Amino acid sequence: MAVIRDMIPSFELLQPTSVDEAVDLLEQRDNTWVLAGGLDSMDWFKDRIKRPDSVVELSGIDALKGIRTSGDGLEIGAGTTLTEVANSAEVQSRFGLLAQAASEVATPQIRNQGTLGGNLIQDTRCWYYRGGWPCYRAGGNICYAGTSRSMNREHCVTGASRCVAVNGSDTAGALIALGAQMMVRNTSGERVFEAEDFFIGPAIDIQRMTVLQPGDLLTHVRIPGDYANARFYWEKVRDRKSWDWALVSVAASIVESNGTIERARIAVNGIAPHPVRLTDVENLITGMPANNDTADAAGSLATRGFRPLRHNDYKVPLARNLVRRAVRGDAA
Amino acid sequence: MSAVEIPFAEARSGPSRRTFIKGVIATGAAVSSSNYLFRTPGALSASTVVRSTLPRMLTLNVNGQTRSVDVLPQETLAMTLRYKLGLTGTKLGCDRAECGACTVMIDGVTHYACSVLTQTVRDRQVTTIEGLESADGTLHPVQQAVIAEGGFQCAFCAPGFIMSMVALVNENPDPTREEAAQALSGNLCRCGDYDKILNSAMRAAEFSRRMA
Repeated sequence: MAVIRDMIPSFELLQPTSVDEAVDLLEQRDNTWVLAGGLDSMDWFKDRIKRPDSVVELSGIDALKGIRTSGDGLEIGAGTTLTEVANSAEVQSRFGLLAQAASEVATPQIRNQGTLGGNLIQDTRCWYYRGGWPCYRAGGNICYAGTSRSMNREHCVTGASRCVAVNGSDTAGALIALGAQMMVRNTSGERVFEAEDFFIGPAIDIQRMTVLQPGDLLTHVRIPGDYANARFYWEKVRDRKSWDWALVSVAASIVESNGTIERARIAVNGIAPHPVRLTDVENLITGMPANNDTADAAGSLATRGFRPLRHNDYKVPLARNLVRRAVRGDAA
Repeated sequence: MSAVEIPFAEARSGPSRRTFIKGVIATGAAVSSSNYLFRTPGALSASTVVRSTLPRMLTLNVNGQTRSVDVLPQETLAMTLRYKLGLTGTKLGCDRAECGACTVMIDGVTHYACSVLTQTVRDRQVTTIEGLESADGTLHPVQQAVIAEGGFQCAFCAPGFIMSMVALVNENPDPTREEAAQALSGNLCRCGDYDKILNSAMRAAEFSRRMA
Protein backbone atom coordinates (compact mmCIF):
# COMPACT_ATOMS: atom_id res chain seq x y z
CA MET A 1 0.00 0.00 0.00
CA ALA A 2 1.32 3.27 -1.01
CA VAL A 3 1.93 5.75 1.72
CA ILE A 4 0.14 8.79 0.53
CA ARG A 5 1.75 12.02 1.59
CA ASP A 6 0.01 13.85 -1.15
CA MET A 7 -3.19 15.37 0.15
CA ILE A 8 -3.48 18.35 -2.10
CA PRO A 9 -3.50 21.70 -0.25
CA SER A 10 -6.87 23.37 -0.45
CA PHE A 11 -7.87 25.63 -3.29
CA GLU A 12 -11.04 27.18 -4.52
CA LEU A 13 -12.43 25.14 -7.38
CA LEU A 14 -14.17 27.17 -10.06
CA GLN A 15 -16.10 25.37 -12.77
CA PRO A 16 -17.15 27.79 -15.50
CA THR A 17 -19.43 26.62 -18.29
CA SER A 18 -18.37 29.09 -20.98
CA VAL A 19 -15.11 30.49 -22.32
CA ASP A 20 -16.21 34.04 -21.43
CA GLU A 21 -16.84 33.02 -17.86
CA ALA A 22 -13.48 31.24 -17.70
CA VAL A 23 -11.41 34.18 -18.97
CA ASP A 24 -13.31 36.53 -16.64
CA LEU A 25 -12.41 34.32 -13.69
CA LEU A 26 -8.78 34.20 -14.80
CA GLU A 27 -8.73 37.99 -15.13
CA GLN A 28 -10.38 38.69 -11.79
CA ARG A 29 -8.25 36.49 -9.59
CA ASP A 30 -4.60 36.25 -8.71
CA ASN A 31 -2.70 33.00 -8.46
CA THR A 32 -5.16 30.97 -10.47
CA TRP A 33 -4.44 27.72 -12.29
CA VAL A 34 -6.12 26.39 -15.40
CA LEU A 35 -7.02 22.71 -15.04
CA ALA A 36 -8.04 20.57 -18.02
CA GLY A 37 -7.19 16.85 -17.95
CA GLY A 38 -5.08 17.47 -14.87
CA LEU A 39 -2.24 15.10 -15.68
CA ASP A 40 0.38 17.84 -15.62
CA SER A 41 -1.33 19.80 -12.83
CA MET A 42 -1.88 17.04 -10.27
CA ASP A 43 1.83 16.34 -9.81
CA TRP A 44 2.50 19.99 -9.10
CA PHE A 45 -0.37 20.12 -6.60
CA LYS A 46 0.50 16.87 -4.86
CA ASP A 47 4.15 17.86 -4.57
CA ARG A 48 2.96 21.24 -3.27
CA ILE A 49 5.32 23.04 -5.58
CA LYS A 50 2.53 24.95 -7.29
CA ARG A 51 -0.05 26.21 -4.84
CA PRO A 52 -2.81 28.06 -6.61
CA ASP A 53 -5.46 29.86 -4.55
CA SER A 54 -8.06 29.01 -7.11
CA VAL A 55 -8.31 26.50 -9.91
CA VAL A 56 -10.39 27.12 -13.02
CA GLU A 57 -11.54 23.68 -14.12
CA LEU A 58 -12.55 23.51 -17.77
CA SER A 59 -14.38 20.20 -18.18
CA GLY A 60 -17.78 21.92 -18.04
CA ILE A 61 -17.11 24.09 -21.11
CA ASP A 62 -18.61 22.29 -24.10
CA ALA A 63 -17.34 24.96 -26.51
CA LEU A 64 -13.79 23.73 -25.89
CA LYS A 65 -14.58 20.20 -27.01
CA GLY A 66 -14.96 18.53 -30.35
CA ILE A 67 -13.63 18.46 -33.87
CA ARG A 68 -15.29 20.55 -36.58
CA THR A 69 -14.68 21.14 -40.25
CA SER A 70 -13.49 24.69 -40.84
CA GLY A 71 -12.96 25.86 -44.41
CA ASP A 72 -10.75 23.26 -46.06
CA GLY A 73 -9.33 22.16 -42.72
CA LEU A 74 -10.31 21.26 -39.19
CA GLU A 75 -10.82 23.10 -35.93
CA ILE A 76 -10.16 21.10 -32.79
CA GLY A 77 -11.21 22.31 -29.36
CA ALA A 78 -8.37 22.46 -26.86
CA GLY A 79 -10.46 20.41 -24.43
CA THR A 80 -10.84 17.49 -26.85
CA THR A 81 -9.22 14.39 -25.39
CA LEU A 82 -6.20 12.84 -27.07
CA THR A 83 -8.17 9.63 -27.58
CA GLU A 84 -10.85 11.58 -29.47
CA VAL A 85 -8.18 13.24 -31.61
CA ALA A 86 -6.41 9.94 -32.31
CA ASN A 87 -9.67 8.10 -33.15
CA SER A 88 -11.35 10.84 -35.15
CA ALA A 89 -12.15 9.72 -38.68
CA GLU A 90 -11.54 13.24 -40.04
CA VAL A 91 -8.17 13.55 -38.35
CA GLN A 92 -7.14 10.06 -39.41
CA SER A 93 -8.22 10.40 -43.03
CA ARG A 94 -6.67 13.79 -43.80
CA PHE A 95 -4.21 14.65 -41.03
CA GLY A 96 -2.95 11.21 -40.05
CA LEU A 97 0.23 12.77 -38.70
CA LEU A 98 -1.68 14.28 -35.78
CA ALA A 99 -3.69 11.11 -35.18
CA GLN A 100 -0.48 9.12 -34.99
CA ALA A 101 1.26 11.58 -32.67
CA ALA A 102 -1.79 11.73 -30.37
CA SER A 103 -2.06 7.94 -30.29
CA GLU A 104 1.51 7.62 -28.99
CA VAL A 105 1.12 9.98 -26.05
CA ALA A 106 1.59 8.22 -22.69
CA THR A 107 -1.04 5.52 -21.99
CA PRO A 108 -4.66 4.76 -22.96
CA GLN A 109 -5.94 6.12 -19.65
CA ILE A 110 -3.93 9.33 -19.98
CA ARG A 111 -5.14 9.80 -23.55
CA ASN A 112 -8.73 9.25 -22.36
CA GLN A 113 -8.37 12.03 -19.85
CA GLY A 114 -5.64 14.31 -21.18
CA THR A 115 -6.61 17.01 -23.66
CA LEU A 116 -4.99 18.26 -26.84
CA GLY A 117 -4.56 21.70 -25.24
CA GLY A 118 -2.99 20.22 -22.14
CA ASN A 119 -0.59 18.14 -24.20
CA LEU A 120 0.47 21.26 -26.08
CA ILE A 121 1.00 23.56 -23.12
CA GLN A 122 2.39 20.99 -20.68
CA ASP A 123 5.28 22.16 -18.57
CA THR A 124 8.72 20.66 -19.04
CA ARG A 125 9.66 17.40 -17.33
CA CYS A 126 13.21 18.35 -16.31
CA TRP A 127 13.36 16.49 -13.00
CA TYR A 128 15.36 19.15 -11.22
CA TYR A 129 12.61 21.61 -12.02
CA ARG A 130 9.75 19.15 -11.38
CA GLY A 131 11.42 18.12 -8.16
CA GLY A 132 11.10 21.63 -6.80
CA TRP A 133 14.74 22.69 -7.14
CA PRO A 134 15.01 26.48 -7.24
CA CYS A 135 16.35 26.67 -10.79
CA TYR A 136 16.12 29.56 -13.26
CA ARG A 137 12.79 28.31 -14.55
CA ALA A 138 11.45 28.19 -11.01
CA GLY A 139 12.58 31.75 -10.36
CA GLY A 140 16.02 30.92 -8.96
CA ASN A 141 19.48 31.69 -10.30
CA ILE A 142 21.06 28.40 -11.34
CA CYS A 143 20.48 25.52 -13.75
CA TYR A 144 21.04 22.20 -12.03
CA ALA A 145 20.78 20.19 -15.25
CA GLY A 146 23.42 21.96 -17.32
CA THR A 147 26.55 21.22 -15.29
CA SER A 148 29.09 18.53 -16.12
CA ARG A 149 27.89 16.41 -13.21
CA SER A 150 24.17 16.72 -13.89
CA MET A 151 21.83 13.97 -15.00
CA ASN A 152 20.98 15.50 -18.35
CA ARG A 153 20.50 12.60 -20.72
CA GLU A 154 17.02 13.84 -21.65
CA HIS A 155 17.88 17.52 -21.92
CA CYS A 156 18.44 19.73 -24.92
CA VAL A 157 21.19 19.86 -27.54
CA THR A 158 20.27 23.22 -29.03
CA GLY A 159 18.39 26.39 -28.16
CA ALA A 160 19.50 26.46 -24.53
CA SER A 161 19.55 29.79 -22.75
CA ARG A 162 20.43 29.21 -19.09
CA CYS A 163 17.68 26.52 -18.99
CA VAL A 164 18.37 23.23 -20.82
CA ALA A 165 14.97 21.56 -20.37
CA VAL A 166 13.01 20.25 -23.35
CA ASN A 167 9.39 20.46 -24.42
CA GLY A 168 7.54 17.17 -23.86
CA SER A 169 4.62 17.55 -26.26
CA ASP A 170 4.12 15.01 -29.04
CA THR A 171 1.25 16.82 -30.71
CA ALA A 172 3.21 20.10 -30.89
CA GLY A 173 5.58 18.84 -33.59
CA ALA A 174 2.72 17.33 -35.59
CA LEU A 175 0.76 20.58 -35.51
CA ILE A 176 3.80 22.63 -36.56
CA ALA A 177 4.33 20.24 -39.47
CA LEU A 178 0.66 20.67 -40.45
CA GLY A 179 0.94 24.47 -40.35
CA ALA A 180 -1.66 24.75 -37.59
CA GLN A 181 -2.70 27.89 -35.76
CA MET A 182 -3.45 28.31 -32.07
CA MET A 183 -6.39 30.43 -31.01
CA VAL A 184 -5.96 32.15 -27.66
CA ARG A 185 -8.62 34.03 -25.71
CA ASN A 186 -8.46 36.47 -22.86
CA THR A 187 -10.76 39.24 -21.70
CA SER A 188 -9.45 41.59 -24.42
CA GLY A 189 -10.37 39.22 -27.23
CA GLU A 190 -8.88 36.54 -29.43
CA ARG A 191 -5.34 36.26 -30.81
CA VAL A 192 -4.09 33.72 -33.31
CA PHE A 193 -0.55 32.31 -33.30
CA GLU A 194 1.20 30.16 -35.84
CA ALA A 195 2.04 26.86 -34.15
CA GLU A 196 5.80 27.39 -34.45
CA ASP A 197 5.51 30.81 -32.80
CA PHE A 198 3.28 29.53 -30.01
CA PHE A 199 6.10 27.70 -28.25
CA ILE A 200 8.85 29.85 -26.79
CA GLY A 201 12.29 29.20 -25.41
CA PRO A 202 13.96 30.47 -22.24
CA ALA A 203 15.64 33.30 -24.17
CA ILE A 204 12.18 34.86 -24.52
CA ASP A 205 10.79 33.90 -21.11
CA ILE A 206 12.45 31.32 -18.94
CA GLN A 207 9.34 30.63 -16.88
CA ARG A 208 6.94 29.87 -19.71
CA MET A 209 6.81 27.16 -22.37
CA THR A 210 4.35 28.99 -24.64
CA VAL A 211 3.19 32.51 -25.42
CA LEU A 212 0.33 32.07 -22.94
CA GLN A 213 0.39 34.63 -20.13
CA PRO A 214 -1.68 34.49 -16.95
CA GLY A 215 -5.26 35.18 -18.01
CA ASP A 216 -4.87 33.56 -21.44
CA LEU A 217 -6.74 30.45 -22.48
CA LEU A 218 -5.91 28.25 -25.47
CA THR A 219 -9.34 27.55 -26.93
CA HIS A 220 -8.88 25.92 -30.34
CA VAL A 221 -6.35 24.61 -32.77
CA ARG A 222 -7.04 25.27 -36.44
CA ILE A 223 -5.46 22.99 -39.02
CA PRO A 224 -5.54 24.38 -42.58
CA GLY A 225 -6.04 22.05 -45.53
CA ASP A 226 -2.61 22.89 -47.03
CA TYR A 227 -1.01 19.63 -46.04
CA ALA A 228 -4.07 17.37 -45.95
CA ASN A 229 -3.10 13.90 -47.18
CA ALA A 230 0.53 14.91 -47.66
CA ARG A 231 3.21 12.27 -47.21
CA PHE A 232 3.45 12.26 -43.43
CA TYR A 233 6.21 10.92 -41.27
CA TRP A 234 5.99 10.57 -37.50
CA GLU A 235 8.50 8.84 -35.30
CA LYS A 236 8.88 9.07 -31.56
CA VAL A 237 11.92 7.49 -29.94
CA ARG A 238 11.58 6.84 -26.22
CA ASP A 239 12.99 4.59 -23.53
CA ARG A 240 9.71 2.83 -22.73
CA LYS A 241 7.06 1.94 -25.27
CA SER A 242 4.34 3.23 -22.99
CA TRP A 243 3.98 6.25 -20.72
CA ASP A 244 7.20 7.85 -21.83
CA TRP A 245 7.93 11.23 -23.34
CA ALA A 246 10.02 11.35 -26.50
CA LEU A 247 13.79 11.48 -26.33
CA VAL A 248 13.51 12.89 -29.83
CA SER A 249 10.49 12.96 -32.12
CA VAL A 250 10.13 14.06 -35.72
CA ALA A 251 6.99 15.14 -37.56
CA ALA A 252 7.00 15.89 -41.26
CA SER A 253 4.49 16.79 -43.98
CA ILE A 254 5.95 16.52 -47.45
CA VAL A 255 4.18 17.15 -50.75
CA GLU A 256 5.85 15.54 -53.75
CA SER A 257 5.16 15.51 -57.44
CA ASN A 258 6.93 13.07 -59.76
CA GLY A 259 9.47 12.19 -57.09
CA THR A 260 10.42 15.82 -56.45
CA ILE A 261 9.69 17.52 -53.15
CA GLU A 262 7.37 20.39 -53.87
CA ARG A 263 6.97 21.72 -50.35
CA ALA A 264 7.60 20.44 -46.86
CA ARG A 265 7.24 21.25 -43.18
CA ILE A 266 9.41 19.40 -40.67
CA ALA A 267 9.45 19.77 -36.88
CA VAL A 268 11.64 18.05 -34.31
CA ASN A 269 10.92 17.97 -30.58
CA GLY A 270 13.04 16.81 -27.68
CA ILE A 271 16.16 18.64 -28.84
CA ALA A 272 15.42 22.17 -27.60
CA PRO A 273 13.32 23.94 -24.98
CA HIS A 274 10.62 24.26 -27.64
CA PRO A 275 9.68 22.19 -30.68
CA VAL A 276 11.87 23.30 -33.58
CA ARG A 277 10.62 23.88 -37.10
CA LEU A 278 13.48 23.08 -39.49
CA THR A 279 12.96 25.92 -41.95
CA ASP A 280 16.49 25.65 -43.40
CA VAL A 281 16.01 21.96 -44.07
CA GLU A 282 12.63 22.60 -45.69
CA ASN A 283 14.24 25.18 -47.99
CA LEU A 284 17.10 22.83 -48.81
CA ILE A 285 14.94 19.91 -49.83
CA THR A 286 12.32 21.86 -51.75
CA GLY A 287 12.78 21.08 -55.44
CA MET A 288 15.07 18.13 -54.71
CA PRO A 289 14.31 14.46 -55.37
CA ALA A 290 13.19 12.54 -52.29
CA ASN A 291 16.18 10.21 -52.26
CA ASN A 292 19.06 9.19 -50.03
CA ASP A 293 21.33 12.07 -50.96
CA THR A 294 18.69 14.65 -50.17
CA ALA A 295 17.91 12.87 -46.92
CA ASP A 296 21.58 12.82 -45.87
CA ALA A 297 21.97 16.51 -46.64
CA ALA A 298 18.80 17.26 -44.69
CA GLY A 299 19.96 15.25 -41.67
CA SER A 300 23.34 16.97 -41.59
CA LEU A 301 21.87 20.43 -41.92
CA ALA A 302 19.24 19.72 -39.25
CA THR A 303 21.84 18.98 -36.59
CA ARG A 304 24.38 21.65 -37.52
CA GLY A 305 25.49 23.66 -34.50
CA PHE A 306 24.10 21.24 -31.90
CA ARG A 307 25.92 21.46 -28.57
CA PRO A 308 25.25 18.35 -26.51
CA LEU A 309 25.52 18.29 -22.74
CA ARG A 310 27.51 15.74 -20.75
CA HIS A 311 25.09 12.82 -21.21
CA ASN A 312 23.00 13.54 -24.29
CA ASP A 313 25.31 13.53 -27.30
CA TYR A 314 23.36 10.52 -28.58
CA LYS A 315 20.59 12.95 -29.48
CA VAL A 316 22.68 14.38 -32.34
CA PRO A 317 22.83 11.22 -34.49
CA LEU A 318 19.32 10.33 -33.32
CA ALA A 319 17.88 13.60 -34.60
CA ARG A 320 19.98 13.36 -37.76
CA ASN A 321 18.68 9.88 -38.55
CA LEU A 322 15.08 10.77 -37.77
CA VAL A 323 15.22 13.73 -40.15
CA ARG A 324 16.81 11.49 -42.82
CA ARG A 325 14.05 8.95 -42.44
CA ALA A 326 11.39 11.65 -42.56
CA VAL A 327 12.72 13.07 -45.81
CA ARG A 328 13.22 9.65 -47.35
CA GLY A 329 9.80 8.54 -46.14
CA ASP A 330 10.89 5.29 -44.51
CA ALA A 331 8.29 3.06 -42.97
CA ALA A 332 8.48 4.08 -39.30
CA MET B 1 -4.34 17.34 15.17
CA SER B 2 -6.38 20.43 15.81
CA ALA B 3 -4.73 22.17 12.88
CA VAL B 4 -6.52 19.97 10.37
CA GLU B 5 -9.89 21.25 11.47
CA ILE B 6 -9.35 24.65 10.00
CA PRO B 7 -10.84 23.96 6.57
CA PHE B 8 -13.95 22.46 8.08
CA ALA B 9 -14.38 25.41 10.39
CA GLU B 10 -15.13 27.39 7.26
CA ALA B 11 -18.15 25.36 6.30
CA ARG B 12 -19.38 24.38 9.74
CA SER B 13 -19.16 26.24 13.01
CA GLY B 14 -16.06 24.61 14.42
CA PRO B 15 -16.88 20.93 14.64
CA SER B 16 -14.64 18.67 16.62
CA ARG B 17 -12.87 15.91 14.77
CA ARG B 18 -15.30 13.47 16.31
CA THR B 19 -18.37 15.22 14.92
CA PHE B 20 -16.70 15.41 11.56
CA ILE B 21 -16.07 11.69 11.56
CA LYS B 22 -19.65 11.06 12.65
CA GLY B 23 -20.74 13.09 9.66
CA VAL B 24 -18.62 10.96 7.42
CA ILE B 25 -20.09 7.76 8.84
CA ALA B 26 -23.55 9.11 8.33
CA THR B 27 -22.79 9.60 4.66
CA GLY B 28 -21.84 6.00 4.22
CA ALA B 29 -18.07 6.07 4.56
CA ALA B 30 -15.72 3.75 6.34
CA VAL B 31 -14.50 4.86 9.76
CA SER B 32 -11.01 3.78 8.86
CA SER B 33 -10.80 6.61 6.39
CA SER B 34 -10.15 9.12 9.14
CA ASN B 35 -6.71 7.76 9.88
CA TYR B 36 -5.82 7.92 6.27
CA LEU B 37 -7.09 11.34 5.55
CA PHE B 38 -5.54 12.78 8.66
CA ARG B 39 -2.22 11.05 8.34
CA THR B 40 -0.52 14.27 7.33
CA PRO B 41 -1.56 16.84 9.90
CA GLY B 42 -1.30 20.32 8.58
CA ALA B 43 -1.72 19.28 4.97
CA LEU B 44 -5.18 20.66 4.66
CA SER B 45 -4.38 23.86 6.44
CA ALA B 46 -1.06 24.32 4.67
CA SER B 47 -2.25 27.09 2.41
CA THR B 48 -4.77 29.86 2.73
CA VAL B 49 -8.22 28.40 2.94
CA VAL B 50 -10.46 29.90 0.34
CA ARG B 51 -14.19 29.63 0.64
CA SER B 52 -15.54 27.55 -2.18
CA THR B 53 -18.96 28.07 -3.63
CA LEU B 54 -19.17 24.39 -4.53
CA PRO B 55 -21.51 22.12 -2.65
CA ARG B 56 -19.56 19.96 -0.24
CA MET B 57 -22.23 17.27 -0.25
CA LEU B 58 -22.15 15.57 -3.60
CA THR B 59 -24.38 12.95 -5.10
CA LEU B 60 -22.25 10.52 -7.03
CA ASN B 61 -23.34 7.69 -9.26
CA VAL B 62 -21.04 4.81 -8.43
CA ASN B 63 -21.63 1.28 -9.71
CA GLY B 64 -25.22 2.14 -10.51
CA GLN B 65 -25.94 3.36 -7.01
CA THR B 66 -26.51 6.92 -5.93
CA ARG B 67 -24.18 7.78 -3.08
CA SER B 68 -24.09 10.99 -1.07
CA VAL B 69 -20.67 12.00 0.08
CA ASP B 70 -18.87 15.00 1.57
CA VAL B 71 -16.09 15.97 -0.84
CA LEU B 72 -13.35 18.60 -0.65
CA PRO B 73 -12.64 20.65 -3.79
CA GLN B 74 -9.13 19.22 -4.07
CA GLU B 75 -10.08 15.63 -3.35
CA THR B 76 -9.25 12.95 -5.91
CA LEU B 77 -11.73 10.29 -6.97
CA ALA B 78 -9.45 7.52 -5.67
CA MET B 79 -9.55 9.10 -2.19
CA THR B 80 -13.32 9.42 -2.27
CA LEU B 81 -13.89 5.89 -3.49
CA ARG B 82 -11.52 4.23 -1.06
CA TYR B 83 -11.79 6.28 2.06
CA LYS B 84 -15.26 7.74 1.98
CA LEU B 85 -17.28 5.18 0.07
CA GLY B 86 -15.34 2.15 1.31
CA LEU B 87 -14.71 0.89 -2.22
CA THR B 88 -11.19 -0.32 -1.51
CA GLY B 89 -11.04 -2.53 -4.59
CA THR B 90 -9.60 0.47 -6.40
CA LYS B 91 -5.94 0.54 -5.38
CA LEU B 92 -3.58 3.44 -4.96
CA GLY B 93 -0.13 2.49 -6.17
CA CYS B 94 1.77 5.60 -7.16
CA ASP B 95 -0.91 8.30 -6.85
CA ARG B 96 0.81 9.90 -9.86
CA ALA B 97 -0.89 8.45 -12.98
CA GLU B 98 2.17 6.25 -13.44
CA CYS B 99 1.01 2.74 -12.49
CA GLY B 100 -2.65 2.17 -13.39
CA ALA B 101 -3.68 0.45 -10.12
CA CYS B 102 -6.42 3.05 -9.60
CA THR B 103 -8.00 2.58 -13.05
CA VAL B 104 -11.79 3.04 -12.98
CA MET B 105 -14.34 3.79 -15.64
CA ILE B 106 -16.04 7.12 -15.96
CA ASP B 107 -18.92 6.96 -18.43
CA GLY B 108 -17.45 3.70 -19.69
CA VAL B 109 -13.99 5.15 -20.37
CA THR B 110 -10.94 4.21 -18.31
CA HIS B 111 -9.34 6.92 -16.17
CA TYR B 112 -6.75 7.03 -13.42
CA ALA B 113 -8.85 7.76 -10.32
CA CYS B 114 -5.81 9.24 -8.56
CA SER B 115 -5.74 12.06 -11.08
CA VAL B 116 -9.41 12.99 -11.36
CA LEU B 117 -10.99 15.50 -8.99
CA THR B 118 -14.16 13.99 -7.53
CA GLN B 119 -15.95 17.31 -8.08
CA THR B 120 -15.61 16.81 -11.84
CA VAL B 121 -17.56 13.53 -11.96
CA ARG B 122 -20.75 14.82 -10.34
CA ASP B 123 -23.00 14.03 -13.28
CA ARG B 124 -21.16 10.99 -14.57
CA GLN B 125 -21.30 7.24 -14.09
CA VAL B 126 -18.37 5.80 -12.18
CA THR B 127 -17.66 2.06 -12.35
CA THR B 128 -15.14 0.39 -10.07
CA ILE B 129 -14.03 -3.23 -9.80
CA GLU B 130 -16.84 -3.75 -7.26
CA GLY B 131 -19.38 -2.82 -9.91
CA LEU B 132 -18.45 -5.45 -12.49
CA GLU B 133 -20.33 -8.44 -11.11
CA SER B 134 -24.00 -8.76 -11.91
CA ALA B 135 -26.75 -8.30 -9.34
CA ASP B 136 -26.89 -12.04 -8.54
CA GLY B 137 -23.15 -12.10 -7.82
CA THR B 138 -22.06 -13.69 -11.08
CA LEU B 139 -18.61 -12.45 -11.92
CA HIS B 140 -17.99 -10.45 -15.07
CA PRO B 141 -16.60 -12.64 -17.89
CA VAL B 142 -13.30 -10.80 -17.59
CA GLN B 143 -13.10 -11.69 -13.90
CA GLN B 144 -13.94 -15.30 -14.69
CA ALA B 145 -11.20 -15.37 -17.31
CA VAL B 146 -8.64 -14.01 -14.87
CA ILE B 147 -9.53 -16.76 -12.40
CA ALA B 148 -9.45 -19.41 -15.13
CA GLU B 149 -5.98 -18.32 -16.23
CA GLY B 150 -4.60 -17.62 -12.74
CA GLY B 151 -3.68 -14.30 -14.21
CA PHE B 152 -1.95 -12.52 -11.38
CA GLN B 153 0.74 -13.24 -8.84
CA CYS B 154 0.26 -10.77 -5.96
CA ALA B 155 -2.72 -9.14 -7.72
CA PHE B 156 -2.36 -5.66 -6.28
CA CYS B 157 -2.51 -4.37 -9.84
CA ALA B 158 -5.38 -6.72 -10.77
CA PRO B 159 -8.35 -4.37 -10.25
CA GLY B 160 -6.76 -1.77 -12.53
CA PHE B 161 -5.79 -4.33 -15.15
CA ILE B 162 -9.26 -5.86 -15.06
CA MET B 163 -10.88 -2.47 -15.67
CA SER B 164 -8.59 -2.00 -18.67
CA MET B 165 -9.47 -5.50 -19.90
CA VAL B 166 -13.18 -4.68 -19.65
CA ALA B 167 -12.58 -1.55 -21.71
CA LEU B 168 -10.66 -3.65 -24.22
CA VAL B 169 -13.32 -6.33 -24.70
CA ASN B 170 -16.08 -3.70 -24.86
CA GLU B 171 -14.29 -1.91 -27.67
CA ASN B 172 -12.65 -4.80 -29.45
CA PRO B 173 -14.26 -8.20 -28.80
CA ASP B 174 -11.68 -10.04 -30.91
CA PRO B 175 -8.29 -8.47 -30.21
CA THR B 176 -4.92 -9.77 -31.28
CA ARG B 177 -2.36 -10.31 -28.54
CA GLU B 178 -0.60 -7.16 -29.73
CA GLU B 179 -3.83 -5.13 -29.52
CA ALA B 180 -4.46 -6.50 -26.04
CA ALA B 181 -0.96 -5.45 -24.99
CA GLN B 182 -1.63 -1.96 -26.37
CA ALA B 183 -4.90 -1.74 -24.46
CA LEU B 184 -3.18 -2.78 -21.22
CA SER B 185 -0.16 -0.54 -21.72
CA GLY B 186 -1.44 1.92 -19.12
CA ASN B 187 -1.12 -0.59 -16.28
CA LEU B 188 2.01 -1.85 -14.58
CA CYS B 189 2.57 -5.19 -12.86
CA ARG B 190 5.54 -5.17 -10.54
CA CYS B 191 5.61 -8.96 -10.35
CA GLY B 192 6.28 -8.87 -14.07
CA ASP B 193 3.44 -11.28 -14.77
CA TYR B 194 2.57 -9.77 -18.13
CA ASP B 195 2.48 -13.01 -20.06
CA LYS B 196 -0.22 -14.51 -17.84
CA ILE B 197 -2.04 -11.19 -17.76
CA LEU B 198 -2.13 -11.21 -21.55
CA ASN B 199 -3.34 -14.82 -21.50
CA SER B 200 -6.14 -13.63 -19.21
CA ALA B 201 -6.98 -10.76 -21.55
CA MET B 202 -7.24 -13.11 -24.53
CA ARG B 203 -9.35 -15.53 -22.49
CA ALA B 204 -11.49 -12.59 -21.33
CA ALA B 205 -12.21 -11.66 -24.92
CA GLU B 206 -13.13 -15.28 -25.66
CA PHE B 207 -15.48 -15.50 -22.64
CA SER B 208 -17.08 -12.18 -23.53
CA ARG B 209 -17.69 -13.27 -27.12
CA ARG B 210 -19.29 -16.45 -25.85
CA MET B 211 -21.58 -14.49 -23.50
CA ALA B 212 -22.59 -11.98 -26.17
